[in-house]
Amino acid sequence: MTSNNGNTNAGSNSFLDYAPAPESTAILNLKSEYGLFINGEFVDGHGASFTTISPSTEKTIATIAAADASDVDTAVKAARRAFDRSWSTISGRERGKYLFRIARLLQERAREFAVAESLDNGKPIKESRDVDVPLAAAWFFYYAGWADKLDHAGLGANPRALGVAAQVIPWNFPLLMLAWKIAPALAAGNTVVLKPAETTPLTALLFAEVVQQAGLPAGVVNILTGAGATGQALVTHPDVNKVAFTGSTAVGRLIARQIAGTDKRVTLELGGKGANIVFDDAPMDEAIEGIVNGIFFNQGQVCCAGSRLLVQENVHDEVVDRLKARLATLRIGDPLDKNTDIGAINSAAQLERIRTLSQAGEDEGAVRWSAPCDLPENGFWFAPTIFTNVSTSHRIARDEIFGPVLSVLSFRTPTEAIAKANNTPYGLSAGIWSDKGSRVLAVADKLRAGVVWANTFNKFDPASPFGGFKESGYGREGGRHGLAAYLAPAESRSYAAPAMKAAPAVAAAAAVETPMTDADPQTPTKFVRRKGANK
Amino acid sequence: MTRLAIPKTYKLFIGGKFPRSESGRVFEIRSAKGEFLANAAKASRKDARDAVVAARAAGSGWAGATGYNRGQVLYRVAEVLEGRRDQFIAEIVSTEGVSAAAAAAQVDEAVDRWVWYAGWADKYVQVAGNANAVSGPFFNISVPEPTGVVAIVVPQDSSLLGITSAIAPALVSGNTVVVIASERFPLSSIGLAEVLATSDLPGGVVNILTGSPAEIAPWLASHADVNALDLIGAAGLDWIDLEIAAAETLQRVMRPEQGPDIASPSLTRITQFTETKTVWHTKSLI
Repeated sequence: MTSNNGNTNAGSNSFLDYAPAPESTAILNLKSEYGLFINGEFVDGHGASFTTISPSTEKTIATIAAADASDVDTAVKAARRAFDRSWSTISGRERGKYLFRIARLLQERAREFAVAESLDNGKPIKESRDVDVPLAAAWFFYYAGWADKLDHAGLGANPRALGVAAQVIPWNFPLLMLAWKIAPALAAGNTVVLKPAETTPLTALLFAEVVQQAGLPAGVVNILTGAGATGQALVTHPDVNKVAFTGSTAVGRLIARQIAGTDKRVTLELGGKGANIVFDDAPMDEAIEGIVNGIFFNQGQVCCAGSRLLVQENVHDEVVDRLKARLATLRIGDPLDKNTDIGAINSAAQLERIRTLSQAGEDEGAVRWSAPCDLPENGFWFAPTIFTNVSTSHRIARDEIFGPVLSVLSFRTPTEAIAKANNTPYGLSAGIWSDKGSRVLAVADKLRAGVVWANTFNKFDPASPFGGFKESGYGREGGRHGLAAYLAPAESRSYAAPAMKAAPAVAAAAAVETPMTDADPQTPTKFVRRKGANK
Repeated sequence: MTRLAIPKTYKLFIGGKFPRSESGRVFEIRSAKGEFLANAAKASRKDARDAVVAARAAGSGWAGATGYNRGQVLYRVAEVLEGRRDQFIAEIVSTEGVSAAAAAAQVDEAVDRWVWYAGWADKYVQVAGNANAVSGPFFNISVPEPTGVVAIVVPQDSSLLGITSAIAPALVSGNTVVVIASERFPLSSIGLAEVLATSDLPGGVVNILTGSPAEIAPWLASHADVNALDLIGAAGLDWIDLEIAAAETLQRVMRPEQGPDIASPSLTRITQFTETKTVWHTKSLI
C-alpha cells in the first residue's frame, strides 16, 4: 500500500528530496467485508454491496454492504426502540460518561484511525493524524460534558431531545464529520442512524467497533453504508425526527424539498466559495501560509475552502509570485507518507469535476499555473493550481470546484473587497488578512459568511459554531449552537398540521428517480414535487 | 346639513411609499355587517418583486444601525400606534365585528408587543451570542446577525395583533420584511403602514402587500433574493408547495402555526431569523 507513490517535487536535486517515510498499515486489522451496523451488531445488507478503494492506488480495501430501504427501516426502528427504552431514560450524567468513553477510545486508537482515514480518503497522514482524528476525539469530549448541562443550552429549562436523527455525511472528512454529527446528537439525548459517504465508509465502520467497545446500548448508534439511494431512504423515512446533512448544495436543496410539509427538523451544511481577502498591510509570511492552508488543505476538498483569493491590487504580483514559489515546494504523493503535503483526490468522479472546471477557467480566459510536479501513475491526482486574471463572472469564481484550485481576483478598496466577497449565493466562510485590527473587525462585520477567519484560516474547534449563510445551508454545528440543533424547548409551538401528508411509498419511488450524489456539488437535481405526486 | 366623511384610499406600502397595485386591481373590503368599507389594492407578482427590491435596498442600512437605534425606532412605532388607538379600535370593531373592548384589548396588546420587542434590539446579541473557548491562541466570538429579507404571511384571523406579532421580532435584529397582510382584515395593516411611515423607520424596511396570499406567496417563496419565509399565517394555503419552492434557494422556512395566539412573544421569534457568525482572530504570542 505504501510504496507505489513516492513523493515528488519540483527539483530532482532539491533540498526537499526526503527519503520516503511511510506510515505502516500494519496497525490496521481490517476485515475483507463489512456489514451494516444495526442495533449494536454487524449484519448483512440487502442492497448490492460495493467496494471501497484507496484513491491513491485504486486498490480495493474492503467490500462494503449497502443498505436498501428495508435495512433503513430496520435501523430506524432500532434507533427508535433505543430512544424509547434506553437512551431517553438514562440520566444526562450517564449519557455523558458514554461519550467520554468514546472520546478516550478514539484517542487510544488514534493511529489506527489516522491510517485508515488516509488509506480510504487519500488525505495526507499528517492531516488525518494531526487534524481529523484528534478533532473527532475532541468533539466527543466537548459534547460529553454538555450531556448533563442541557438546561444551559439556551432553550430554557428541561429541553427535550428530538428523537431519531438521520445523518448523512460527506467523504472529505469522514471521521470528523461523523463526530460533528453523532457527538451533539447523543449528548442531547437523541439516537442516530448515520450514513457515511459511499467512497469513505471505512472509519465509520471502525467507529462502530468503538461504539461496541464503549458498551453503548444497542441501537443508540446505527451505521448504514450505501450510496445516494440509501441516504435518500434514510432522510425521507417517516419515523425520523431530525435530518442533519453535510454535502453539496444540490443535495441540500433536494433534502429541503423532501422534508417540506413534515415536522422534521433539519440542519444543512452545504457548499461554499469562500473569499480570502488579503490587504496590502497583511503579515505576508503568515498570509502566504494561510492562503495555502485555505485552499490546499485536504486537496481543497473542503466546503469552507478559501477558493477565491481577493488580493489588494498593489500587492497582487508579490502575493502570486510568493504563492507559486511556495506551491513548488509542496510534496505530492503517497498519503501515508509523513512528508506528504498534498494527497490524492478522493474519487475519479471528483477528479473529473476538477478537470472540467479548470478547463472552463482556461476556456473563459483565466491564466492557469500548476505547480511543477510529477503525479503518480495510478490513483487520482491533481497538481496544485492557481488561476490569475480571473473575473467575477468566470465559472471558477462562482462554482465550487472542491479541489486544489485557487482563483485569484484583485481589489482596490475595502468596499470593493466586501462587495466581491459577498458576490456569491454561498456564505460559508471568509478570510481577512490585515495588521489593522479596526479594519479587520469592520470587514468581518460586513461579510455575509458564517465563519470568518482573521489572519488565520481553516481552524476548527468543537467549542466554535460552524455553518453558513444563504445557500451554504442553515443551522450550526459546534459549540452551544450545535447542541441546540438537536434539542427542542420544553414547551414547543403548536404547528398547523400539513394539509396533506406524503405517502411513504411515493416518497420511496421519488428516491429511486432522483439519486443523491454527495460527490458532485453541482449535479442538477430533478424537482421532486412530493405533494404533487401524492395528489 | 351633515358633513360628508372623507374615506381613505387603502394602498400598498412599498419602499416607504404608498403606491396602488401596478396591476390596477382592487378588492372590496366589507364590514362584518356587510357594508362597503374600501377598495383595497390587490397586489400582483410585480408588486411583490418591487417590494423585495425595496427590502433588499433597505437591508444594509437597517442591519447596520445600532441596536439602540433600532430599539428606539421600534419604540417610536409603539408611541405612534398608541396615539392612533381610537382609529384602530374603530377599524377593528367594524371589520372583525368584535366588541369595542375586545378591539381595544387587541390594540393595547399590539402596542405592548412593539415595546417588548423594542427592548430586545440591543440585548438579544448578548443572549444569543457568546465567546468560544477554543483550544488555541485565538479570540473567537459568535454573534447573531440578521438573515436578510424575510417574507411573511401574517396570521390571517387578526387585524393588528397578528401582523405586529409576526413582523416586530423579525425587525429587531435588522431584517427587512415583505409582508402579506391578512386577506380578510387588511385595513389595519395599511393603518399600521401609516404608523410605520411616521416612526422614523427607513423606507423599505417594512413592505406590506394586501391582496390574495395564495396568489402572492408563491412569488416570494421562489424569489432568489428572499432569504427566509415565515409561513406562520399560511395554514390555509397550499403551504407545502411554498416550502418546496423555498428550498430552491435554501430559504429558511418557518411552518404555519395554529391556536388562539399563534405568534405569542418569544426570543426565538427574534433568533429564528438570525445567522450565527463566528469570527476567529489570532492572538500574538507574547
